[in-house]
Amino acid sequence: MDNSVFSGIKIVGFSWAMVGVLTMKYFADYGATVIRIETSKRPDVSRTSPPFKDGRPGMNRAGYFNYFSANMLSMTLNMSNPLAFGVAKKLIAQADIVTENFTPGIMEKWGLGYEALKEMKPDIIMLRQNGFGLFGPYAHLPAFGMVLAAVAGLPNFIGWPDRGPLPVGVGAYTDCISPRFASAAMIAALEYRNRTGKGQLLDLSQLETAIYFILPAILEYVTNGREPLLMGNASPYAVPHGVYPCKGKDRWCTIAVFNDEQWSQLCKVIGKPEYIEDSRFKTLLKRKENEKEVDRFMAEWTVHLPPEEVMAKMQAAGVPSGVVENAADLFSDPQLRKRGLFWPMNHSEMGLFTHLGANFELSKTPAQPEMPSPCLGEHTEYVCTKILGISDEEFVKLLGAGVLE
Amino acid sequence: MLSDCRALDLTDGKGFLCGKILADLGADVIKIERPEGDPSRKMGPFWGDIADPEKSLYWFAYNSNKRGITLNIETTDGKEIFKKLVRVSDFVIESFPPGYMETLGLGYSTLSSIKDGIIFTSITPFGQNGPYRGYQASDLVVMGMAGMLYLTGDSDRPPVNVSIPQACLHGGGDAAAGTLIAYYHRQRTGKGQHVDISMQQSTAWFLATTIPLWELDGVILGRAGTFRTGMSKNILQRQVWPCKDGSVFFAMLGGLTGAKTARQLVAWMDAEGMSNEYLQSIDWENLDMATVTQEEIDRISNLIREFFLVHTKKEILDEALRRSMSICPLLGMQDLLNDANLNARNFWVEIEHPELETKITYPRQFVRSSENVTTTRFRAPLIGEHNEEVYREIGLSRQDLVALKQAGVI
Repeated sequence: MDNSVFSGIKIVGFSWAMVGVLTMKYFADYGATVIRIETSKRPDVSRTSPPFKDGRPGMNRAGYFNYFSANMLSMTLNMSNPLAFGVAKKLIAQADIVTENFTPGIMEKWGLGYEALKEMKPDIIMLRQNGFGLFGPYAHLPAFGMVLAAVAGLPNFIGWPDRGPLPVGVGAYTDCISPRFASAAMIAALEYRNRTGKGQLLDLSQLETAIYFILPAILEYVTNGREPLLMGNASPYAVPHGVYPCKGKDRWCTIAVFNDEQWSQLCKVIGKPEYIEDSRFKTLLKRKENEKEVDRFMAEWTVHLPPEEVMAKMQAAGVPSGVVENAADLFSDPQLRKRGLFWPMNHSEMGLFTHLGANFELSKTPAQPEMPSPCLGEHTEYVCTKILGISDEEFVKLLGAGVLE
Repeated sequence: MLSDCRALDLTDGKGFLCGKILADLGADVIKIERPEGDPSRKMGPFWGDIADPEKSLYWFAYNSNKRGITLNIETTDGKEIFKKLVRVSDFVIESFPPGYMETLGLGYSTLSSIKDGIIFTSITPFGQNGPYRGYQASDLVVMGMAGMLYLTGDSDRPPVNVSIPQACLHGGGDAAAGTLIAYYHRQRTGKGQHVDISMQQSTAWFLATTIPLWELDGVILGRAGTFRTGMSKNILQRQVWPCKDGSVFFAMLGGLTGAKTARQLVAWMDAEGMSNEYLQSIDWENLDMATVTQEEIDRISNLIREFFLVHTKKEILDEALRRSMSICPLLGMQDLLNDANLNARNFWVEIEHPELETKITYPRQFVRSSENVTTTRFRAPLIGEHNEEVYREIGLSRQDLVALKQAGVI
């Protein structure tokens, strides 16, 4: 990976679960050496959650862990062992960036707070991606993405007027929000270090980044005093704007019409050209007034067609519309496949298994599948002897002392 | 951190967050709008409910810390001026339909011949290539095609979207990261490149359990409303619980992940006389979410549900803090503004809007740096607010500006 963007950059990742891994993925996929520090004493939650290969649980058989962890190394190090600190010190002396996302205090307990890291490596960059931030009265609350999304207020914007707020369907929604902010800040910090020689501490609260995803509503409340309303799929300035039933079990399509041109195209597609000039639907305000009726005849039309056909017909006429894709649809989506979202790779215990691939395309340095997800501790010996320069003799001693578990 | 960088931000609502992140990290981000203002200024909500391009709260939210100029890049003069700006910039960020910049003669290949090493970032619903490249989209359509929608909502109703556009934020956030990866590469090699962001791909990128669950078990994860699925093939698990004055979020889990919270919750219930022998007998560490039965989950859940119903959001949060439990209420807008943790972290900041004769509360920063300023410093630009400042910086005279203004170029 010598020609890759981050070749030579080393990240020592104490981070775990989804949020930490996704953050490191921005580096692992572009040539950085990402060393995930794990321990069999307390394995990553994504190694112990189903689904498992062939339904048989095992540290290296979890779909969830293995989906996310391509291009990363795994080293086991039991930080509760008194001898582990010496190994950690060696790791940090070699690192450009150290990441963690525990509840604050754990790194300090291990003697690995920012000030301590600075002693070991003066220009170290440390990302602390804690749920509620590094300090504050909630800092010690254990935080999961689903709970953080609720604290950030997201469910206030999901649901039907006659029912209560709903969670985002992907439980750990904030886990995918903060990595985007975190990776940008980390690269900027690397750049700053290269220019000035100075490292830094980055305190990035998962919750706070999630608040940026509802920001217009915060401003609306602050300035106009208006609380969010549950409004299903309705849009204040588009009709139809909804999810409509299609032929088949739990099959759906979206249709969103923002202007008169799209409206007249839609009327032609559904074989109702007379609706174009119909006084009930002629203007946006009229369509909004008669939205129920619009939704009724849209559904009447879509229900006889597979969603793929609705999408094809609408898109051919320039009307925004799409399949509401389920997992199987995503897995075979020609657009996502073309863009390399999925990387099938052979994994020693999973067999041929789909790893999560690229999230965007860089024309000169595209993300590449170099290595399947690591088995637990797969690279412990490699990291110790090849990167940290620990002698074979010393390595065996550490093994025997249970440091590398 | 990025004080050496300048970005030209041509995006509409699909890409605002990219420039916002770069600006917060210290880059000089210049928002370029057409002379009558960016069409995204028509997006509500509006300050004082006044639908005015200078009062769009959507615009305010994601354009603070950026300077703003007007420029019609479809005119010959506009193109020349744009090229001048490119010569003194590092990044061009755009969200036009694929191919639009090429038709103007301002595509990546042209710009890279004008400015060596320029990084050109495009944000579109589906990307610059592939079968869906030319498809029309909106947030709803992209969220559907990215797999988010299918999973969200009640199982007896159609899928339901988040009512604040999200796909543009996933795409915009990724665009900032992608732009900076390209920048890091350029700093090492001198080479620029084209960063191609697809909102669909960025949004679909993290769908945690769905793809492995399909590939390994052949299971299509569906909607479960206030419940959660995917922990195992068989169980529905409540995650939104009604309480006395709202909702609380809590995922009841066994194993190392969930045992601590579960034990503490039972202890609290016990202290209030609302637990029972069955609850106390549960070995939380060894409650395996992969094999637990629905019957058992329901039995536990019913007791917890009754308990939450007689407590308020505040009581639950206070006790969660006292006992370090991962249980939190759903916060409303005022709750967020008053939130003790956010306020202890000085999260909110008032930013002056002199023309509205008011201050508006914004988030102070998405990251705290021990070394650099990353705060929200100034509000989003008015239409053409920095024309004179920016155009003088690239050597245009006052007379030039007058002429260009009259010609409708700026």
